[in-house]
Amino acid sequence: MNELFTLMKSELVLTGIIFLLLFIKIGKGVKNETLLPLAQVLLLANFVFGFVLNTEGRLFGDMFYTTHLIAFQKNILNLGVYLITLLCADWLRKTPHLAEFLLLMLSALLGMFFMISSANLLIFYLALELATIPVAAMANFDLDKKKSAEGAMKMILSSAFSSGILLFGISLIYGSTGSISLPEIQERLDGSTLQILAFIFFFTAFAFKLSMVPFHLWTADVYEGSPIAVTSFLSVISKGAVAFIFMTMLFRVFTPMKEVWQVMIIILSVLTMVVGNLFALRQQNIKRFLAFSSIAQVGFILLALSSDDFHMGSTAVIYFVLIYLFSNLAAFGVASVITERTGKENIDDYKGLYKTNPFMSWILALALFSLAGIPPTAGFFGKLFLITAGASGAAYWFILVAALNMIISLYYYLRVIRAVFMDKNDNPIEPLKLMAPVKLGMLLCGAGIVLAGLLSWIYDYIHSL
Amino acid sequence: MMEPGLYHILFISTALFFIGVFGFLTRRNLITMLMSIELILNSVNLNFIAFNKYVWPEKMDGLFFTIFIIAIAAAEAAVAIAIIINLYRNNQSIDVNNAEELKY
Repeated sequence: MNELFTLMKSELVLTGIIFLLLFIKIGKGVKNETLLPLAQVLLLANFVFGFVLNTEGRLFGDMFYTTHLIAFQKNILNLGVYLITLLCADWLRKTPHLAEFLLLMLSALLGMFFMISSANLLIFYLALELATIPVAAMANFDLDKKKSAEGAMKMILSSAFSSGILLFGISLIYGSTGSISLPEIQERLDGSTLQILAFIFFFTAFAFKLSMVPFHLWTADVYEGSPIAVTSFLSVISKGAVAFIFMTMLFRVFTPMKEVWQVMIIILSVLTMVVGNLFALRQQNIKRFLAFSSIAQVGFILLALSSDDFHMGSTAVIYFVLIYLFSNLAAFGVASVITERTGKENIDDYKGLYKTNPFMSWILALALFSLAGIPPTAGFFGKLFLITAGASGAAYWFILVAALNMIISLYYYLRVIRAVFMDKNDNPIEPLKLMAPVKLGMLLCGAGIVLAGLLSWIYDYIHSL
Repeated sequence: MMEPGLYHILFISTALFFIGVFGFLTRRNLITMLMSIELILNSVNLNFIAFNKYVWPEKMDGLFFTIFIIAIAAAEAAVAIAIIINLYRNNQSIDVNNAEELKY
C-alpha cells in the first residue's frame, strides 16, 4: 500500500488538485481573480513536491512503472504547465470558464504522466486518449470565434484518425507477439514482415502526434485557431510528452528493429526540418510562424533519436525539451500579452516594439535567439548535444543537412528580431503594463534560457539518471 | 462449406480498415468522416478478437483491449460531436469545404 503512494505520487497529487478544483467549481464558485492564483500555487507546490521522495518500481502487474528519469520528465511537464498559467494570465482571467479550462488542462497533464509511465500498450492507449481529447475541447475555448471551432475540428478529427492507425498497429503487434506488455514485446520482436508493417502503423501515429512532415498539416491550423494558452500547451507540453514516450518506445521496446526505424527517422527528420523551415519563411501571423518553427524543431529532436548511443540520445532529447520549453513559452508569452491586449497577431505589427516595450522585446529576442541556437543562450547547447548524439549514429550528410537548416532558420528568426528592434513604425504597439504573474513568468523563462545552458550540472544530472 | 478461419476475418478487418481510411479522406461531411473513424476502430476490434480466438486462445488481453476501445471511441465521438455542433453554430454548415478560414 505504501508503495502505491510513493510510486504514483505525482499522479495522485495531480488527481487531488483536479478534484479540489472540481469541488470549488461545483460548490459556491470562486472568482477568476482568486481561482487563478490558487491554481498557480497548487501547481508550484506539485512541481516542488515532484523532486522529493522519488523511488523506482513497478505497479499493477507491470502495467505502470517509474524511474528517476521518468520523475524528472514529469517535473519538466509540470513546470511547463505552471509557466503557462503564469504567462497567459491575461487570457485566463478573462475567460468565463476558467475552472473548466484548468480541469481540462490538468486532466491532459495527468494523461501525459500516465503515458510516460506506461509499461503496457493498453495503459499507453488510454493515457494517450486522456492526453488528447481534453486538448481538443480546450482548442474550442473561444466559443464564439469561427477560427477556434475550425481548429478544434481539425484537431479532433486528425487525432482520432491517428489513434485509429495506432490501434491497428497495436492489434497487429498483439497478433504477432501475443502480448501487450512492453518488456514482453521487446523479447518477442523478431523483425518479421508482419511486425514491420505493424511498426509502420505505430510509427505513423506518433508522426501525427509529433507533427512530423508529411503528417504536419493539422499543426499550423490548430495552432492559429486556438486560444494562445492552448497553442503553447500543444506546442510545448503535448509535444514534449509525446517525444518522451516516443523515445522510450524506440530505445527500450523496438530495439530489435533498429535498422528499420533508423532509416525512417533519418528520412522524416530531413523532410521535417526542410519543409518546416521553408514554410516558416513565408508566414506573417506570429502563431503560424511559431507553429512552423516548432515543426522544424521536431526535426532536430528526431536527429537525436537516430543516435546509436541510446543513453546519449535520450539525455540530449530531454535536455533539449527542457530548453525548448523555456524558449517557446517565452515567445508565446509575449505573443499572448500582445494578442490579448491589442488583438494584433501579425509580425509587421511588432515593428518598433522595442521603443515602447523594451522588456518584452528583450524577452522575445532572447527566446528567438535560443530557438535559433545562438551561443550564449541555452538553445545552442541543446542543439549541440542533439547534433552530437545524431553524429554518433547516422551518416555525416545528414548532420550537414541539419547544420544548413539551422542557417535557414536563423533568417526567419532574425526577421522577427529586426522588426522588433530596427524597423520604424508610425503607430507601434502602445506601452503595455504587464501583470505581476506574467512578468514573473517571463523572468523565469528568461532565467531558464540563460542558465540552463551555462549550468553544466543540469545536463550532467539528466545524464546521471 | 469451409469453416471461416483467421485469414477470412483478417481479410474483412483489413478491408474495413481501408474502407474507413478511404471514407475519411474522400468524404466532405464531418459526420460521415466520424463514421469512417468508427469503421477503423471496429476493424481494430475485429482484429483483436480474431487474434485472441485463433492465435492466443489462452490470453485475455485482446478482449479487454476491445472493451476499452469501445468505451474510448464513445468519449471521442462525444467531444467530436460537441465540436461539430459548435462549428455549425459559427459556420452554418458541417461541410469541410466551408471550413476554410485557416489556410497555408
